[in-house]
Amino acid sequence: MQNKHLILIIGVGNAYRGDDGVGLRIAQDIKKKSPDHVNVIEQSGEGISLMDSWKDADAVILIDAVHSGRKPGTIHRFDVHTQTIPAKFFHYSTHAFGVAEAIELARALKQLPQNFIVYGIEGKCFEAGVGLSQEVEKSVQEVVKRIQQDIHDYSPRKYTEHH
Amino acid sequence: MKSRTIKVDYLARVEGEGALYVKIRDNTVVDIKFKIFEPPRFFEAFLRGRTFNEAPDITARICGICPIAYQMSAVHAMENALGVQIDGQLRALRRLIYCGEWIESHVLHVYMLHAPDFLGYPDAIQLAKDYPDIVQRALQLKKIGNEIVALIGGREIHPINIRVGGFYKVPAKQELSPLAERLKWARDAALETVRWTATLNFPDFEQDYEFVALRHPEEYPFNEGRLVSNKGLDISVHDYDNRFTEEHVQHSNALHSVLKGRSSYFVGPLARYNLNFDRLPPLAREAAHSVGLSDVCRNPFQSIIIRSVEVLYACDEALRIIEQYEKPDKPAVEIQPHAAVGYGCTEAPRGILYHRYRIDDNGVILDAKIVPPTSQNQKTIENDLRQFIPQHIKLPNDQLTLQCEQAIRNYDPCISCATHFLKLTIDRV
Repeated sequence: MQNKHLILIIGVGNAYRGDDGVGLRIAQDIKKKSPDHVNVIEQSGEGISLMDSWKDADAVILIDAVHSGRKPGTIHRFDVHTQTIPAKFFHYSTHAFGVAEAIELARALKQLPQNFIVYGIEGKCFEAGVGLSQEVEKSVQEVVKRIQQDIHDYSPRKYTEHH
Repeated sequence: MKSRTIKVDYLARVEGEGALYVKIRDNTVVDIKFKIFEPPRFFEAFLRGRTFNEAPDITARICGICPIAYQMSAVHAMENALGVQIDGQLRALRRLIYCGEWIESHVLHVYMLHAPDFLGYPDAIQLAKDYPDIVQRALQLKKIGNEIVALIGGREIHPINIRVGGFYKVPAKQELSPLAERLKWARDAALETVRWTATLNFPDFEQDYEFVALRHPEEYPFNEGRLVSNKGLDISVHDYDNRFTEEHVQHSNALHSVLKGRSSYFVGPLARYNLNFDRLPPLAREAAHSVGLSDVCRNPFQSIIIRSVEVLYACDEALRIIEQYEKPDKPAVEIQPHAAVGYGCTEAPRGILYHRYRIDDNGVILDAKIVPPTSQNQKTIENDLRQFIPQHIKLPNDQLTLQCEQAIRNYDPCISCATHFLKLTIDRV
C-alpha cells in the first residue's frame, strides 16, 4: 500500500491538445517544489479514475483547463464545498464523465475529501498539438504560486512551522 | 410550412459547426449531418520521424479511456512489420491487460453514460441519488479493470510498460494472485450487470447492418484474427486498405469510413458478439441466453446488455489467464528494425482500431495511418438517426434531442479522442 498523503495535487488534461495540457504542466511544476506530505499526480480527466485517486486524501487541489468564453489565461478558483461545479462551465457533458461529474457524483455519494479546491485556467486553443498558448503560459506561474499558498494553508503545523 | 432544426454541438470551440445537425420540415427529415469524430491526423504527422518503439507510447496519448487499445494496435503493427510473433505468457499478458481496459471502458459506459438514458435520469449523479448501491457496484467493478491495467501497464493513465516485442517488465505470479480473488467478485457483479441491463426497456429498432469484427480460430477476439463480416467479408488485416476507405462527405468536412463498393458498417461490441458468439465461454453464452438474447442482436439500444456480457467475459478470461500464468523468462523479444510496412488491428472497447506503419532500416517511421472505431461507426450512426428520427418526429425538440443523443450513445462514441468539450444546443427555424 502506498503511504497516505495528506494533500493531493491532481493535474488534469491532455498534453497533445494545446492548452488542455495546462493542468499537467502546473502539476509538474508543483511536483518539483513540493514537500513530502504532498502527492502530485497527473490524470487524463476520466471521472471514475479521478474519484478513485482522491478517495484517501484530506485535501485535494485539482487543476484543469476550462472553456467558458472568458479571456484566455483567466484563473478561476472554486471551493468545491461552497459551490457546485458548473458542469457547463467546465465541459458540459452528458456523453462524457469528467471532472465536474466526478466531483458531483462524489458529493452525491458523500465521498468528497474534506478540503477540495479546483483551479480552472481559461484555455485558448484546444486543437491537436503540443505547447501552451502565450496567454495561458503567462498564468502558469501565478497558479503555481497560489497552489503553494494553498498547500501551506492546508498543511498541519508540523510541516510548516519552519517557514 | 413548419421547419425546425436540431443541433447537437459537440465541439463547442468550433463555432457554428454542428456535430449533429438535423433539419425537419413538415415533419419530414430534410437534412441530416453528423460529425462527432476528428481522425487523429495530428498523431499520424507527429509519428513521422520518430522511431518504431516510440509508437505505442505516443499513440496511447490519443485516448484517455482506451490507451491500451492504441498500444496494442501499435505493437502488433510493428511486430508484423518486423516479422515477429509474440506468444506464450507474453501474449496472454497482453490479453489480460486488454481485459482490464474492456472492463474499465464498458463499465463506465454502461453505468455512467448509457443507463441514465434508459432510467430517465439526466446523468449518473441523479441516478446515484436514487440508486447508490448500483453506482457503488459500478465504481468497484471499474476499479478492478483499472487495477489490471495499472499492474501490467505500469500506470493507470497512459501505461508505460508496453513495448514492441513484449513488456519492459513482467509481474511475478504472486503479484497477480490478489487480483484473482477480487475478479471472482467482479465476475459475479458482471453477471448481475447483465441481468440488470436486460430489465431495461428497449425501443424496437433493428437495421440490416454489416457487422465487422476480428475473428480468431479459438478465442473471443482481442489482438488477433481475420477481419470478417456477416455479409461475406473475410480478409487478412493486411488487406484493410484494399477494402475500406474514408470518403469525404458533401456539405461537411467529416470523413466517413466505408467498405469499398458497399457502404457503412458497424464495429464494436454488437459486431464482436454477433460474429463471435461461438467463441464466448459457456458462462457468457448462458448468461446471454438466460436474459433472452439470442446468438445475434441487431438492436443497437441493446448494446448495453452486450457490453455487460463482454465485461463478464473479460472478468472470466482475466481469471483464466491469471490461473494459468507463469512468469516468462524474458519480458520481451529483442527486435532489430529493418525497412518494412506493418499492419495491426485489435479490438478496442468500441471496435476495431487499425494502425499501419512504414519504417526504414533504422526503424524510423516514414508514415502512419490510424483508423479508430468511432470514425468507422460515424456513417452507421448517421444512418440510424435517419431511420430513428421519423419514428419520434412529433416529439418536442428537447425530447427529440434526448432521443437522438441516446441513439448516438448506443455506439459509445469516443469523444475523448476528439476533444473533451461537449455542448448541446437546439435552434428553431
